[in-house]
Amino acid sequence: MQATATYRPAWNARKFFQRLLQYSVLVTVVILVFVPIVILVFGALKTRGELMSSPYTPPIPPRWENLISILTTPRYSFWPMLWNSVMVMVATTTGVVVICSLAAFIFSRMDFRFKNWVFQLFTLGLMFPINIAILPVYFVLRQLNLLDNLWGVIIVQTAFQLSGNILILRGFFAAIPAELQDAAYIDGCTAFDFFWRILLPLAKPALAAVAALTMIMSWNDLLVPLVVINNDKLWPLPLGTMQFQGQYGQDLALVSAFVLLSALPTIIFYLFAERQIVSGLTAGAVKG
Amino acid sequence: MQSLPAISNLLKLKPSAGLPRRFQDNLMIFLFLLPAVVLFLLFVVYPILQSVYYSLFNWKGFGPAVDFVGLDNFKNILKDRVFLIALRNGLLIIALSLLVQLPLSLLLAVLVGRDLPGRVFFRTVFFLPYVLSEVIAALMWLFILNPDPDRGFVNAVIVALGGQPQAWLGNPNLVLIAIFAALTWKYFGYHMLLFMTGLQNIPSEIEEAGRVDGANALQNFFYITLPLLSSTIRTSVYISVLGSLQQFIMVWIMSKGGPVNASETMATYMYRFGFVRFQLGYGSAVAIYMFLLCLIFSLIYLHFTRKPDYLSGLEG
Repeated sequence: MQATATYRPAWNARKFFQRLLQYSVLVTVVILVFVPIVILVFGALKTRGELMSSPYTPPIPPRWENLISILTTPRYSFWPMLWNSVMVMVATTTGVVVICSLAAFIFSRMDFRFKNWVFQLFTLGLMFPINIAILPVYFVLRQLNLLDNLWGVIIVQTAFQLSGNILILRGFFAAIPAELQDAAYIDGCTAFDFFWRILLPLAKPALAAVAALTMIMSWNDLLVPLVVINNDKLWPLPLGTMQFQGQYGQDLALVSAFVLLSALPTIIFYLFAERQIVSGLTAGAVKG
Repeated sequence: MQSLPAISNLLKLKPSAGLPRRFQDNLMIFLFLLPAVVLFLLFVVYPILQSVYYSLFNWKGFGPAVDFVGLDNFKNILKDRVFLIALRNGLLIIALSLLVQLPLSLLLAVLVGRDLPGRVFFRTVFFLPYVLSEVIAALMWLFILNPDPDRGFVNAVIVALGGQPQAWLGNPNLVLIAIFAALTWKYFGYHMLLFMTGLQNIPSEIEEAGRVDGANALQNFFYITLPLLSSTIRTSVYISVLGSLQQFIMVWIMSKGGPVNASETMATYMYRFGFVRFQLGYGSAVAIYMFLLCLIFSLIYLHFTRKPDYLSGLEG
């Protein structure tokens, strides 16, 4: 730095202003991103009266009553909804990781006659996302008697995650050198041994990325439960949050508290698993 | 892998070693693909085919579909003013995304750059809205867009600056802009992330060389960075268009497609006919239209991008 400055004195000042401009734009966007979140947190930490009289001031002192009331009032059924969401998420994520790694292994490492056809069928799924397919899927669930059943949600979420995640895992699996496979076969491994003992352990980061992405997708999903689940005892958290807003919308402080509590698990998970989420998303979109 | 036990295994020959290798491999291919193929055929492919069938009937969803109407549903949809509004809104959201959201994401990705101190912080913050669920994002925006300046923060700011408070979600002329703002808030971070990754893959030496050759920052950006980023941009455009065509949750929670259908999208239109009015044949036909639109766009995309990135699987 210093050496550069001695023979190009203008450089530092220019660089300084450039940085200043850079940071002021970025910080403005940071503030814009935080506005809705901060307003929500402020609302959740005020009493109803405080929120009416001074809606935008920081909540000093913070009132924890709304949060406690959400967590302790059985009528609001926060915990059962959380539990439903956890069960759906765990089942969907397990299903997606297992089913997709099996299929991705075949597509990346084995050969058979109609391989390209079968693979192209799966890539076609990318053009038919659940938002478009929801009505047709509803008919099938009704025929199979899977309405008002968490398994219905799990199966549909899993089925619509197949295409994207098989693509991601296939990319990762294909990047593992072929020499490794030859060596394993020479050492007497079957194809299954190679998959189970060599490929999967090497692909752990990819599996973690797929798992993290699927967890977020499943946890946040509203559309599938909205269509499949009627019984309020089976509502997962996003559906419950929407219904809570509909029912208690007048008490903005209480609704804010519910929304905040329902957002909290995602935020915590994001801060811990950011690397996996980011690598999964960029692998899916950039590498294909 | 220890080589010694492996060799002794080989010499002993497992019982399965008697089966021809080819048969073992085929069995494994079959079993490994079975769950994915069954799920996919039953819950993705079969529903499409079935809804093609139902779309030819006037069917309320109870009993078998018997009232065959041929292509009437498809014709009536195109005659419905509300569907045309939904189609227009979809195209408008696409246009706004491509003209506002993507350039903004690209600008932010360039500003964050390769080595700005605080890079990780900015990325984490900008990407946060994408991770939050659409329900939560939509409710937060519902709150801050409240028409009463004492409840909605956006109007409070406008009043403080001396303007008139607006009924953002109640005014047919403003509702789509308001929803688009919320969509941009939620999704720009994803595109920024794609661009950041794309930028990272451009060797800094190339830009350095441009600078040495006397290109200024803007020339460097437009003649070097942007062309090298083109495959990322294409991916981003593809994802953005497909996403815009099927927008549902945010719109449904913020405005239910109203007021007077001003913010209707094709997905809210389909949901209304399918799950609110139970005109399932008609709703199926809407789903087919949406599917065809996505398919046509994807085929055009594949045609114009020689080396497709997002769908690289399609070339085999």
